[in-house]
Amino acid sequence: MEIDKTLASSDRLVDEHKSLLSEIGSLLARWEGILVLIIIAMVIIFSNITPYFLDYFNLMNATFTFAEKAVLALPMIFVILSGDIDISVAAIIALSSFSMGFASSHGAGTTEIVLVGILTGALAGAFNGLFIIRFSIPAIAVTLASQSLFRGISQAILEDQAYTKYPESFSYFGQGYIPGTIIPFELVFFLVLAGGFAYILHFTTYGRKLYAIGNSPMAAKFSGVAVDRIRFTNFVLNGVFAGIVAVLLTSRIGSTRPNIASGWELEAITLVVLGGVSITGGKGNIVGVILSVFLIGYLKFGMGLINLSAKVMIITTGFLLITAVLIPVIIEAAGKRNKLKMQRRKG
Amino acid sequence: MNGLKEMLKKREVTLILLVIVLSLAVSMRAPGFLKGDNITRIVNDTSILIMVGIGQFFVILTGGIDLSVGSVIAFSGMAAAMMNQGSPGTPVFLILLAGMAIGFLLGLFNGIVVAFGKVPPIIATLGTMSIFRGFTFVLSKGQWVTAHEMSESYMNIPHGHFLGVSNLIWSAVIVSALLFFFSRYTRSGREIYAIGGNKTAARFVGVSERKVNLIIFAMSGLLSGLAGVMWTARYAAAVNETATGFELMTVAACVLGGVNIAGGAGAVPGVILGALFLGIINNALPVINFSPFYQMFIQGFIVLAAMFINTMMDKRSERKMLKRRA
Repeated sequence: MEIDKTLASSDRLVDEHKSLLSEIGSLLARWEGILVLIIIAMVIIFSNITPYFLDYFNLMNATFTFAEKAVLALPMIFVILSGDIDISVAAIIALSSFSMGFASSHGAGTTEIVLVGILTGALAGAFNGLFIIRFSIPAIAVTLASQSLFRGISQAILEDQAYTKYPESFSYFGQGYIPGTIIPFELVFFLVLAGGFAYILHFTTYGRKLYAIGNSPMAAKFSGVAVDRIRFTNFVLNGVFAGIVAVLLTSRIGSTRPNIASGWELEAITLVVLGGVSITGGKGNIVGVILSVFLIGYLKFGMGLINLSAKVMIITTGFLLITAVLIPVIIEAAGKRNKLKMQRRKG
Repeated sequence: MNGLKEMLKKREVTLILLVIVLSLAVSMRAPGFLKGDNITRIVNDTSILIMVGIGQFFVILTGGIDLSVGSVIAFSGMAAAMMNQGSPGTPVFLILLAGMAIGFLLGLFNGIVVAFGKVPPIIATLGTMSIFRGFTFVLSKGQWVTAHEMSESYMNIPHGHFLGVSNLIWSAVIVSALLFFFSRYTRSGREIYAIGGNKTAARFVGVSERKVNLIIFAMSGLLSGLAGVMWTARYAAAVNETATGFELMTVAACVLGGVNIAGGAGAVPGVILGALFLGIINNALPVINFSPFYQMFIQGFIVLAAMFINTMMDKRSERKMLKRRA
């Protein structure tokens, strides 16, 4: 019955001179569709190779390795969606972690430490925003320099030392589980946040404004969108969440070194772009990014299980990133060629 | 047009003055700083940055960016060192060419992805940055090539002298001269400026964006390949982490040199001066008893300050032009 219906509908498609290719194209053009397919393929492959992949405990515990980067990706969606970029987030983590370590070694309690970390992040984000929006210097240039500045502060003062003294209760954020379960706090935290970001992005006017800015800042401005204020807020938000990630990460590993979280800015950007958010702004949604978080996270976990080296993972991530952008272009090109062919046939 | 030319000239003059003031200031604290030996050392240290920085400059000129240069350096340097290790008899000249060819191909790959795949440069090279770095590990199987596994002639590629000047400096001089000429007096060179200045206008006068993208990325790759061989030979070690973060240094050199990060403006001499400026700072820090741990902070601070001053100066000249029109 179901099959008959499908057949009938596909017959109709042929009747309407719609080619199968463009049909597949429109399905694949939904980037989330591709991501789901890849995730299914990944699960099938890994669970056939190793019995340890589809293990509830393992699947839960593996989230420790990617939940923090996932949190970092959420505000990055806003930044990239409005056509900006922030490559200083990892350095902000380093600076926040540094100030938390400093506070802790001067006798601050858990609450103060967390506040110091988040506040540092917010200030660093505002610093970026000031240069990018107030002085109108391109975001890539500002954050390239400020990442050197932020991490540089931590490195200048810490040198080759590390802060390792944190209060007992501080360790919950990065190491704790939801009481009575084996679900990591970090995972739940990420999912709740993702819900919040999804709400703002897809169900509020603020979210629509982000898309408007990404598509054309000028048009958005003339339509009465406070472009500058929103872009500034994006960078502050990015800083705040880098501070929050610093809390999670520092709490998980229990120490602060100047090289903490190095390279994470690229991983966060990769998650966002792989999730289908256009790097030039204006396009994308949060579902894709959440899918890409779990895809990359569990891909790395699975590759680790079957002893593939970290290097293969680096290569895979790089290829995924490029193909993510390449596939829609190829499909579009194929679709265009097809249309031309059809027009020629008609004429 | 004359006004623009004058401004560009001024930018370079300011930089030269800055370089001189900085060197003098440092030599007040450390008298040996401006001795011939040390100057040669600084230029030697900066030569690789100059070459790769110029490659980066052409990419930035079109409004793009090449984040993969560090990884290209690592891969081609590793490949060259392993060739030397595998067959020490191979003439080093061939190895140098091979290293450049590898860099060229990697850069061409970037160019193809950008030109034909329409992938934005920042994403394309962010991806290949990981890919090429990963390839380096795969190629080396995580091993290093160290000094005693390299032939004397290989390590002599950068150290060898001609007319009392090291080959490394010579190569930077030749690259700078050739590409200065290329950027000013060849059709392709001017087309790169045209694309960066106004893409649409450039397309209407018949500039092929594809061709330009292929040229700039292949060139950046070629220069990084050359730099890779020089790097591993100079430091007598090919490790997998070679030149990590170097892409940011090259961008910093461009920004300091007055290159507009959004494309369309800048020149080769500025990039050279920008690179020298960074080289002097790196060299001066330990000399004036500054902990090397401050290097990162100071670099970030200077680049940010330079960008700030650039923008303020641009704004002022804009205002002046507006006034004149009124």
